[in-house]
Amino acid sequence: MKYLDAFRDGAVARRLVEQLHARVADYAGAMTFMEVCGTHTMAIYQHGIRSLLPPQIRLISGPGCPVCVTPVDYVDHAVALSRLPEVVIATFGDMVRVPGSSSNLQHEQARGASVRIVYSPLDALALAQKQPEKKIVFLGVGFETTAPTIAGSILAAQRQGLTNFFVLGANKTIPIPMAALAADPELQVSGYLCPAHVSAIIGPGAYAPLAEQLGVPCVITGFEPLDMLQGIAMLADQVIEGRPRVETQYSRIVRPEGNPRARDILAQVFAPCDVPWRGIGVIPGSGLCIRDEFAAFDAARRIAVEVEAPREHPGCLCGEILKGKVRPGDCPLFRTACTPENPVGACMVSSEGTCAAEYKYGI
Amino acid sequence: MKSDIILLGHGSGGKLSHQLLDDVIIPRLSGLPQRDQNDAAVLSHGGRRLAFTTDSYVVDPIFFPGGDIGDLAVNGTVNDLAMSGARPLYLTVGLILEEGLPIADLERVLDSMKAAATAAGVAIVAGDTKVVPRGKADKIFINTAGIGVFDHDLEILGSGARVGDKILVNGTLGDHGMAVLAGREGLDLHSAIQSDTAPLHELVAELIAGVGADLHVLRDPTRGGVATTLKEIALQSNVDLTLEEPALPVGEAVRGACAILGLDPLYVANEGKLLALVAPEAAEQALALMRRHPQGRHAAVIGEVTGASAGKVYLRTAIGGLRAIEMLAGEQLPRIC
Repeated sequence: MKYLDAFRDGAVARRLVEQLHARVADYAGAMTFMEVCGTHTMAIYQHGIRSLLPPQIRLISGPGCPVCVTPVDYVDHAVALSRLPEVVIATFGDMVRVPGSSSNLQHEQARGASVRIVYSPLDALALAQKQPEKKIVFLGVGFETTAPTIAGSILAAQRQGLTNFFVLGANKTIPIPMAALAADPELQVSGYLCPAHVSAIIGPGAYAPLAEQLGVPCVITGFEPLDMLQGIAMLADQVIEGRPRVETQYSRIVRPEGNPRARDILAQVFAPCDVPWRGIGVIPGSGLCIRDEFAAFDAARRIAVEVEAPREHPGCLCGEILKGKVRPGDCPLFRTACTPENPVGACMVSSEGTCAAEYKYGI
Repeated sequence: MKSDIILLGHGSGGKLSHQLLDDVIIPRLSGLPQRDQNDAAVLSHGGRRLAFTTDSYVVDPIFFPGGDIGDLAVNGTVNDLAMSGARPLYLTVGLILEEGLPIADLERVLDSMKAAATAAGVAIVAGDTKVVPRGKADKIFINTAGIGVFDHDLEILGSGARVGDKILVNGTLGDHGMAVLAGREGLDLHSAIQSDTAPLHELVAELIAGVGADLHVLRDPTRGGVATTLKEIALQSNVDLTLEEPALPVGEAVRGACAILGLDPLYVANEGKLLALVAPEAAEQALALMRRHPQGRHAAVIGEVTGASAGKVYLRTAIGGLRAIEMLAGEQLPRIC
C-alpha cells in the first residue's frame, strides 16, 4: 500500500492544485469535464476533489456506471429467472439492489431465491461445476474491463463441457456513447476524463475519433487523487491551447496498443449490437452480444421465462443524470423518496452511481 | 421500494437497522427517543445506578483469526457496559445450538467464553440452552446480557458531545470485519489480519480516573464501523464532526484487503475499539493514557467536533478536499458479529 500512498500525497496535491488555479486564472471561458467511469465519479467524491478546483472548472458525471445504465427490463428478466427453482443467480454485489419494475434480487433472495454474490465470473463457473443440478446464471453487466473475463468464462465453460453455466448478457462498450454525448449541443462537454481500466483494454486509439472528428480533448486518467488532479490539469491545458488530442495520464497501466489479447477473446465471444442504455435509449453498435456459436451459454436464448412489462418510476431523473444534464440535487426524489436504503433509480443503488456518491459524500 | 419483509441489510448496524428500530421495534416496546439510545441502559435503584445491556452473536464462521464467537459474545457485552462508564460484573448466556453441532466445537466456544470472562473479571451467573433442528440455525447463536455498576457519578452518553471536543480512537480500524471476512469460505486474502476482539472496561476505567468529567462520549464502533457510530453521535448530540483522513489508523493488511474488495475501513466492524470524545484541554492526557494501555498502543486523535448543527460528519481528505460521511447504507458484510 506504500505504492498507493505516493498517489495520495497531500503536499504534492496542494502544489498541483495551486498550479491548476494559476493556469486557468486568466482563462475567460468555463470548462465542463465529464468523467465517464463510475470509479472516477466515486473517487472524485471520495477525495473531495470538487472542493479543490477553480470555479471555472465543472465536473459532470457520465454514463460509465455499468449498473446504472442497465435498463429496468434487464433487472426484471433477472428477477424472473431467479424465481425458477433450478436457477442460481450469480452476480456482482451492486446488482442485487437495483429496482426492477416490481421487485429486485435482494427481495427475491429474502423470499427464497438463490442469489450468490461473486467477485468474478470465474467464481460463477466454479459454482456451476460444484452444483451440476442447478443452472448458474451470471449477470453479465459491465464494460470492456469485465467483458473479456466473461468471454473467458464462456470459453472455459465450453472447454469443460459445462451445460449448466449461462450468462444473461448486458455488456456494453464505452467510446460509442461518449461520441453520442459529445455531439449533444445541450451538454457542451469540453473534455473527457477517459476511463482508466477500460482504456487498458481498448487502448488510447479508441478515443481518436472523439478528439479528431468531434474536437473533444481526451485524457486517460488513473483513479488516485493525484492522477485525477493531473488529468484535469492536462484537459485544462488542451482547452486553453485549443488543441484537442488523446493523452494518457495513466501511462503506468495503459499501453499505447491496449490489451490486444483481451480484445481478441472479447471479439471471439461477443459481437457488436444495438442495445438500450437506461435514460439514453438505444445506441447503435454500443452493446456486446453473445455470438450465435456460443448461444448454448446465453441465458436469454436458453432459459425460457416470462418477464413482466417494464415500468420505470415516472419521477426518477436517473437518465438525465447519466447524461450529465442534471445533478442529483435537481431530482425531486433525491434524499426524499429515493435513498440508498430505498432506492428508486439505479443511480442511487450502485456504489458507482452519481446519486449514491452525492448522497454519501456530498457536502 | 420500502421492504415489507426483513432483509439482511436490516442487520447491518447501518441505516436500515436504525429504520427497523425506529419504525418497528422501539415504538412497540419502549418509545425511547433516538437521542437517549445508548449501548447500555442506565437504571437507578435504591439510589444506586446500574448499567444493563444485551447482545446476540451470529458471526459466521464461528472460529476466525484472532477469536471466536465465544470470546466475542463476552467482550461485546462487556464493552457495551463499559461504554456507559460502568464496571461490568455479571453476564448471562443464552445458547441456541443447531442439531449436529460437534460437542467439541461447543466445548471450544465455552472454554473461550470462560477465558474471556476471567480475563475481563466478570462472572457468568445464569444461562439457558436450546437446540433447533438442523438447518433452522447455523451451528451456534449466542446471546449474552450483562450488568455493571458505577464507581463514579459521571454521565457518559451519546448526546454528550460538545463543540471543540477531540475525537480519539484506541487503535487501528476494521481489523475484526476483515479478519472474519478472511476466515470465510471463498475469500482467501493471504494475510495475517486478526480480529481485535478485546474487553475495553479497564481502558475506560483508566480514562475516567485520568480525565474524569472531560470524557464526554464513549462508543464502540462495531457493526457499521467508525463512520456509522460517529454519525449516530453527531445526530444524538446535534453537532458537526470533522475527521482528518491522514490521522486515521488503519493497518497495512486491512488497507490492502479493503482496497482490493472495494470496502472502506471507516465502515468495517471493530470489536476491541472505542471512540472517545474528550474536552480539548484533556485530549493529550487521554491520548497518552490510551497509548500506555495494551488496548491503546496505536491510539490517535482522528478529528474534532467542529460545529453545532444538524449532525453532519465530514472528512478532510489526504489531498485537502472535504466530503461528507454518512451511515452505512444497505449491508456491507452480513453476520459479522
